[in-house]
Amino acid sequence: MNEYSLLIIGGGPAGMAAAVAAKKAGVDDLLILERDSVLGGILNQCIHNGFGLHTFKEELTGPEYAERYANMVKEQGIPFELDTMVLAVEKVQGSDKKAVTVISAKRGVQTLYAKAVILAMGCRERPRGALNIPGSRPQGVYTAGTAQKLVNLEGAKIGKEVVILGSGDIGLIMARRMTLEGAHVAAVAELMPYSSGLKRNIVQCLDDYGIPLLLSHTVVDIKGREKLEGVYIAKVDENNRPIEGTQEYYPCDTLLLSCGLIPENELTIGAGVEIDPRTNGASVSESLETSVEGVFSCGNVLHVHDLVDFVSEESARAGENAAKYIQSGIDRSSKTLAVNAGNGVRYTVPSRISLANLAPLNHIRFRVTGVYKNVSIVVSSGEKELLRKKSQILVPSEMVDLILKQDKLKDLDNDISVYIEEVGV
Amino acid sequence: MYDVLIIGAGVVGCAAAMELSKYKLKVCVAEKESDVCEGTSKANSAIIHAGFDAKEGTLKAKLNVLGSQMMPELAKKLDFAYKRNGAMVLCFDKADLPKLDELEQRARNNGVDGVRVVTGDEARKLEPSLSDEVCGALVAETSGIVCPFEMTLAFAENALQNGVDFKLSTLVTGIDKNENGFTVHTSRGDIQTKVIINAAGVYADKIHAMVSSKPLGITPRRGEYLLMDKAAGSLVSRTIFQLPTKMGKGILVTPTVHGNLLAGPTAENIDDKDNVSTTKNGLDEVKAKSALSVKNIPFGKVITSFTGLRAVGDTGDFIIAQSDVKGFINAAGIESPGLSSAPAIAQYLCEIVGQILPLETNTDYIGTRKGITHFTALSKDEQNELIKREPAYGKIVCRCETVTEGEILDAINRPLGATTLDGVKRRTRAGMGRCQAGFCSPTTMSLIAKKLGIKIQDVRKSGVYSTQRRQDDE
Repeated sequence: MNEYSLLIIGGGPAGMAAAVAAKKAGVDDLLILERDSVLGGILNQCIHNGFGLHTFKEELTGPEYAERYANMVKEQGIPFELDTMVLAVEKVQGSDKKAVTVISAKRGVQTLYAKAVILAMGCRERPRGALNIPGSRPQGVYTAGTAQKLVNLEGAKIGKEVVILGSGDIGLIMARRMTLEGAHVAAVAELMPYSSGLKRNIVQCLDDYGIPLLLSHTVVDIKGREKLEGVYIAKVDENNRPIEGTQEYYPCDTLLLSCGLIPENELTIGAGVEIDPRTNGASVSESLETSVEGVFSCGNVLHVHDLVDFVSEESARAGENAAKYIQSGIDRSSKTLAVNAGNGVRYTVPSRISLANLAPLNHIRFRVTGVYKNVSIVVSSGEKELLRKKSQILVPSEMVDLILKQDKLKDLDNDISVYIEEVGV
Repeated sequence: MYDVLIIGAGVVGCAAAMELSKYKLKVCVAEKESDVCEGTSKANSAIIHAGFDAKEGTLKAKLNVLGSQMMPELAKKLDFAYKRNGAMVLCFDKADLPKLDELEQRARNNGVDGVRVVTGDEARKLEPSLSDEVCGALVAETSGIVCPFEMTLAFAENALQNGVDFKLSTLVTGIDKNENGFTVHTSRGDIQTKVIINAAGVYADKIHAMVSSKPLGITPRRGEYLLMDKAAGSLVSRTIFQLPTKMGKGILVTPTVHGNLLAGPTAENIDDKDNVSTTKNGLDEVKAKSALSVKNIPFGKVITSFTGLRAVGDTGDFIIAQSDVKGFINAAGIESPGLSSAPAIAQYLCEIVGQILPLETNTDYIGTRKGITHFTALSKDEQNELIKREPAYGKIVCRCETVTEGEILDAINRPLGATTLDGVKRRTRAGMGRCQAGFCSPTTMSLIAKKLGIKIQDVRKSGVYSTQRRQDDE
């Protein structure tokens, strides 16, 4: 019998939180599919602290945070299969079932069927090739997450003299980590005029160790045949183009890349789910349901988060909504409003809201397109202003989470718009 | 004492080794890198040309056409990926249309079948993504695409199973001529041989100069490429060439045999034989010129860029002949269409060896070789049978290319196995996908480390470090 009510693809923080919530809501017939040999996903290599302040009101390390959820999964008797990778998700013709093809040593290649599927596959790092950095291709160039895995999980010593390109959070964390491992981190170069990492990580991982953050700088050449010998870093102009004559040579044996994360949506695309080009994740409703009925998405595969606490919260909602879909169905009769990203807003999750399915509290999450100081965040529907919130500073690296009560939304007629108001504050 | 020592384990050296193993000869291949296929053979367009491009009467024309004809059967017998996808040469300027007819005529003279000239509209009907500027095209049915790593490995492994010795990480430092043949000095001791085949790619001039005072010029010509995600792989089905334009020699756009999209190469003569860097200008040129042929190439889906060096000889043709020094045979200046010609070059080299040494057929020659089982190429039933037998095939290591642990172990454990990350990548495609080894490299590294008995941090991306370390420890 390979039939389930709910299959959850991914046993990281998103998948575990979704499973726990679905089980609590009464779905007993569920299964988590995890490709790694342990539950927890990327948290297992994040051995630093700072996780769980929202969820558990205390500071945990990544593995500790993962363990809390893994324990909930085990205590609730939720089945999970490790070393099991999903190869395809497809709609079954003439049925509301979904076919999920998996591979593992135990099962071989097998197709499982489920009424609902939660996509929780996480994201991957943007590799060097996609950054188009010219130069040679020597040993010693790693994405920051790969280096983190090698150092923290494999105990490898990967280098002594380090340059980091990109100020994403993993890069910042690795600047500190490499320093603690005895390496010297010469600089963190960031193409944009602002960091793409959290403020607290810049303070705790760079400033505390005297590591310079070079804003509006990038790596323009990589030297070394078999082993990395050094990189050239140049200043960039307002169009992010390197400025002639500003380049400086940094001898190094290690270059870490922390230049963005990409939701890993190959399965999603294969399932025929509509993708939002702004997030590279699925386009979802208030219920976190994708364009394919009964297929939900949450966590970093939906949009890249900066805090795991937000992932857990969002994924629990996906789990509850999947339970609702399985048990009573999602109301499709009511009006659906688009949620549009206006001035200064790069995207919103969800991108549509169906009024019959509102929760008592409804989240709209977004990121801004640049740095904004002393502005207002506004949510409106036609002439109606639903929310106005002052903010001293908004940066692209920090996701904004707005909560709108059901009674504010339930009688709306017009599409919703989220935007940043810069003048007249 | 060897009968023949081949210097260089690129596609030409390995093909020659395979061909010579069909005879009762003691053959050795010496390669300075730690793996086969580490130079020009690993970074090129991976095209098996039909043979309409090279001038009539040249070795290039003769050996290209022959090589292309040999390829389908070789691919089957030696188990490497090859596909006859066809090619087109595009014309963008009405004034250049007669050049297409010239190419068609040349194809006929060279003995290439399946070539015809079509109009711009007909070309767009065959390949809907072609640019509106295309006003005519030559279509060549017999052009193909190949996996150059697999092909070189297939030749090498077939040579190995038929008794050829491979000495890797072995740099030739000098050659002495003596009455019996040659003493070849290497970084790992001397090798005695009666005959030498110089298949040293961009270094063929240096090797030649070790025995001969006659000049042989080899210029490294840098070619830069962009490789795009499989999501872009079906933009064109044929290999799309350009007639040379005012902007210079054209750039090709092609699907790869594994379903990616490849654009390149640039052509720039340089001095440094080791300079395989990419440059901003070069990659910009690839983008600009490839966009002339094909509309909407998704450059946002580039997964990697790379540079190859072609070994351009000073004669304009392949230099394949016994040199002024008896017993020293050059296989030099093997630029395009070298990959296509390799099996024919090997036969030609055998004929030359036969003029020096007696060739006696090796009746024990094994004519087939089984490559690494590529899990994704199997049917579901075959996959399940394999997993039941070998559970390691049930574990996916490389997510992007769906490569199993079983395949990686095979790549590491088989004779002439991989000792570096790049070696595993070329044999299995693990790490060749969109994440470019971000997820799988720690696992692959630990599998290599275990096999070699070294620490994970000593596993190298490429080069001699891994094997060096192993031998130093022994």
